[in-house]
Amino acid sequence: MGNLNINIGKLQLKNPVMTASGTFGYGTEYSDFMDISRIGGIFVKGTTIRERQGNPYPRMAETPSGMLNAVGLQNKGVDYFINHIYPEIKHIDTNIIVNVSGSTIEDYIETAEKLNYLENIPAIELNISCPNVKEGGMAFGTTCLSAAQVVKEVRRVYKNELIVKLSPNVTDISEIALAVEAEGADSVSLINTLLGMAINAEKRKPILSTITGGLSGPAVKPIALRMVWQVAQAVKIPVIGLGGIMNAADAIEFMLAGATAIQIGTANFIDPTVSIKVIEGINDYLDRHGFQSVRDIVGALEV
Amino acid sequence: MKKYMLDLIIKENKQLSDQYSLLILTSPEKLPEILPGQFAEVRVDGSATTFLRRPISIHYVDYELNELWLLIQVVGDGTKKMAEIEEGKSLNMLIPLGNSFSTPSNIDSKVLLVGGGCGVAPLLYLGAHLKKIGFEVNFLLGARSKADLLQLCEYERLGNVFTTTEDGSYGEHGFVTQHSVLNSSNFDYIYTCGPTPMMKAVANYALKTSANCEVSLENTMACGIGACLCCVTDTIEGHVCVCTEGPVFNITKLKWEI
Repeated sequence: MGNLNINIGKLQLKNPVMTASGTFGYGTEYSDFMDISRIGGIFVKGTTIRERQGNPYPRMAETPSGMLNAVGLQNKGVDYFINHIYPEIKHIDTNIIVNVSGSTIEDYIETAEKLNYLENIPAIELNISCPNVKEGGMAFGTTCLSAAQVVKEVRRVYKNELIVKLSPNVTDISEIALAVEAEGADSVSLINTLLGMAINAEKRKPILSTITGGLSGPAVKPIALRMVWQVAQAVKIPVIGLGGIMNAADAIEFMLAGATAIQIGTANFIDPTVSIKVIEGINDYLDRHGFQSVRDIVGALEV
Repeated sequence: MKKYMLDLIIKENKQLSDQYSLLILTSPEKLPEILPGQFAEVRVDGSATTFLRRPISIHYVDYELNELWLLIQVVGDGTKKMAEIEEGKSLNMLIPLGNSFSTPSNIDSKVLLVGGGCGVAPLLYLGAHLKKIGFEVNFLLGARSKADLLQLCEYERLGNVFTTTEDGSYGEHGFVTQHSVLNSSNFDYIYTCGPTPMMKAVANYALKTSANCEVSLENTMACGIGACLCCVTDTIEGHVCVCTEGPVFNITKLKWEI
């Protein structure tokens, strides 16, 4: 049996399999189906400084091998998280990481500052890539200048592991990754969803209330894999890979391309226990190929 | 209530018409407790265009026979695959999901269960539950035509059945809200499931007659367990997930224009 332990900077993971923000609630939604503490890390729902109601219904459209969503960061705000949700999840024996989003740099700073003081939140994931909020989110992640600026300001106040989640809706994702690395990001996660659209031809109407939304699922996997490969070549900090991972083989592909760890997102909707199956599948792969540790497969692609 | 992911076996697949199938499922294990109004998230295998699970109402549960019934309406390729599944094969589902219909506290309450099209599905299990407690159950079932009035004999076993068809091929001609029983009787509790315009019309009738009214919503869903926040409806408490806070809502909670 191979060793599945792996670190992302100072963050110690019992295995490289984590669940992506917005697809796993606060973890407890899945606890009927499995022991969620077996997962390497849980990225909880995008959290903002104040409560957000999110976008109107319909927020979802099924697409070939994937789905579009336009949830729009519905959450009850960081104070509610700290006072009501954190006490319920802080004892789960895995890394609980909060995904932080905002409309202004001040929002990001204030939210990150509040999360600094939570003992059992070892990291935050700065979401500068949400395509579903008008006034910000992705806007920060699509130019090097604004991405660098928000990371620089948050880095000033946030002392724990700072993960920055990158948008694929850019010309060159490596440039953005380099820009946030230069401002002190400890690692990057990619990709967030790809901006897409769905139309009901019979009604001549868009399916989503917001017209456009974020595409996820296996449809985006080849793009995600390419971007993880490019970014892993460009930066020195660890890369967390995500985008359409449905099984262990997909997860291993991301790690071979250079991801130190991976996140499972949309696949949780099809099989709530998929993360456990991926952990077991990676273990099996290590055995079959004679690797002692999962660390040995990171970037092990032979080109 | 604890949720499970189960592979239930198709004991019988009764094709009711080209459009509808009744799936009778069973399991070697005892079925978990399921409440009227709850649903299952069913995984569809072998359909290239179906990626997500499909939320399907629980039509009926027979604990003695350890049977769970699903009424499937063919809408797209996913439901077509489900409707054509062979006996002996299994369906993977998350179950039981969502809340349930409430039970009136007064046993003398007059209850009416109003269903349209495939929306009649959850009302069979609800009717059986109410009858078992001792309520006199009234069903008002509507459909486009006679062929779309499903499982009538099953409803007739449980109570009084009033019907309408839009083409007049069975029962009274018109929509459920035009049925004469609504003028001749008063109801304390009205439960409804079906197309949204129908449920809004039923809700409107309930408001006018001061009846308590619960509707079962059918929003498109991804996870079915409150994680993705895709299936929300607007309520007086803001956006809430239909999969966890619903699918059953009292109409006083919904921000419906009726």
